[in-house]
Amino acid sequence: MSAHGPVFRDNPKLDPAVAGTLVKGGYAVGGLALLISVAGGFAGGEETRKQFFFSYLAAYMPFVTITVCAMFFSVLHHLVRASWSTAVRRVAENIAGNIPLMAVLFIPVLLGMHDLYHWSHHDAVEHDPILKGKSGYLSPAFFVARAVVFFVIWFAIQHFFRKNSLAQDESGDVSLTYKMRRLAPISTLLFALTISFAAFDWSMSTSPHWFSTIYGVFTFAGGMMGFFAALALGILWITGRGALTSTLTVDNFHDVGKLMWGFMVFWTYTGFSQYFLIWYGNIPEETIYYITRQNNGWMSVFILLVVGHFFAPFWILMSRHTKRSRAMLGAGAAWLLLMHYMDHYFMVMPVLHHHLHFHWLDLTTLIAVGGLFVAAWAQRTVKHNLVPVKDPQLLASMGYENAV
Amino acid sequence: MAEARVWGLVAQFDDPAKLLHAAEGLRDAGYKRYEVWSPFPVHGMDNAMGLSRSKVPWIVLGGGLTGMASALLLQWWSGAVEYPVMIGGKPLFAFEFATPVTFELSVLLSAFGAVFGMIGLNKLPTPYHPLDKIAMFRRVTDDGFFISIETRDAKFDLHRSRELLESLGGRHVTVVEE
Repeated sequence: MSAHGPVFRDNPKLDPAVAGTLVKGGYAVGGLALLISVAGGFAGGEETRKQFFFSYLAAYMPFVTITVCAMFFSVLHHLVRASWSTAVRRVAENIAGNIPLMAVLFIPVLLGMHDLYHWSHHDAVEHDPILKGKSGYLSPAFFVARAVVFFVIWFAIQHFFRKNSLAQDESGDVSLTYKMRRLAPISTLLFALTISFAAFDWSMSTSPHWFSTIYGVFTFAGGMMGFFAALALGILWITGRGALTSTLTVDNFHDVGKLMWGFMVFWTYTGFSQYFLIWYGNIPEETIYYITRQNNGWMSVFILLVVGHFFAPFWILMSRHTKRSRAMLGAGAAWLLLMHYMDHYFMVMPVLHHHLHFHWLDLTTLIAVGGLFVAAWAQRTVKHNLVPVKDPQLLASMGYENAV
Repeated sequence: MAEARVWGLVAQFDDPAKLLHAAEGLRDAGYKRYEVWSPFPVHGMDNAMGLSRSKVPWIVLGGGLTGMASALLLQWWSGAVEYPVMIGGKPLFAFEFATPVTFELSVLLSAFGAVFGMIGLNKLPTPYHPLDKIAMFRRVTDDGFFISIETRDAKFDLHRSRELLESLGGRHVTVVEE
């Protein structure tokens, strides 16, 4: 509306003093937790070391999926020429900026390859016809090479979209928007392939005899939900510090909440598809995955995910009122992040523990990865503008309303 | 033939901003039975008119729950009660295999609730409307912005309502017969 048109009048920067605690605290707590985890994991015997690597993988997977899905969100924005997401895009770009950190944090997974992945043992593969048949793909050298390729692709995409977005903050050059739009389709294809194969490699191959073709989509669905939960918490935190209060309004929260809810449902859809076909086919080599995860205490986690990752948030967050309430949206997003962690925990941990068994390393590794992740994001958030200030679509993404 | 009864008043406005402003004026004056006409959605109009939330979501919920319940009942009753046949060693009823049909029927009846609920609440189809007779009103599908007030409104008064419309920027205020 020309007569009621929005004007960007917020301070585009966050006061560094406000975020200092989060940056310093995150690095300190995360770093300390990482030291404790490594020290604790290697002080004990082989069992504790294995526990460390499995706990670490369960903590690493939810954050790496959130990071690459944040990258995809900034690509998607340009792919579909969205305007509504301009005001929240920088938050996503800053989460995606954690990709180099995630690459560094992937080193422990490589170091723990022999403890995490049964297929990496040469002798075991020699006496196992199934693993032998897969050895062309599941071999240590190829695994490392693929991981390098994933991170190079992710870094290139993230760097390209973030660099041009930041450059536009200075120049206001519209051609940068067109430049990003041109590379959005190929980036989307590369993202789809890399996140699927990363899920197969890092998570699914902990059960190397088992396979599920929808595993990549399932991981993507959960990752997108986790990303939107992180995005919701990010914009709630920024506006809670008194910044962008007239740019990001209740309607922006509402929209992010809707997408978080939508991908939560999509996670259920893909997760059920996987479960349903295995249940119906009833072939031992496939059902073993769920037999492991429905017995010996693991059924409680299974039910927790069905209820906590679907039924409860489905009804609670369906309401317009909860998504438009800061407290309810924040609580819902935090809960779904916890469920996102439990989802990945449920994928890898039953490989190590036949019986449900929590270990203190689960907690410390989660704090380690999470602390570093949040600190790196906050550091980037303070350094740059909080929104793409000269993006031609910025005003269009402000001041809209969700119809009642 | 009896003299035609008055249905209400209609006035034309220059642009969406004036339309929005006029809607706010009518809302504040306490009018309820008035309608705003525009070729495209005007952002903020719901608030300006003081409209309460749409009832469509509740119809959708009703449709969804009906679909869910009927799909579960159908599969359970036909498969496990009325005509039990063991197929492939599967249970006669299980939530695992019942879920796809339940999901689909819930979605189908939800969608019916959304579409037909919306159409019904919009009183569609309306083959005849008194405003159809007003020549200037034809521009509503192109570039015309209008507000009509019905005589059914408790606040309606031919003289004062006309003055109010004019004071809010309405032009060509016209009496509409039924």
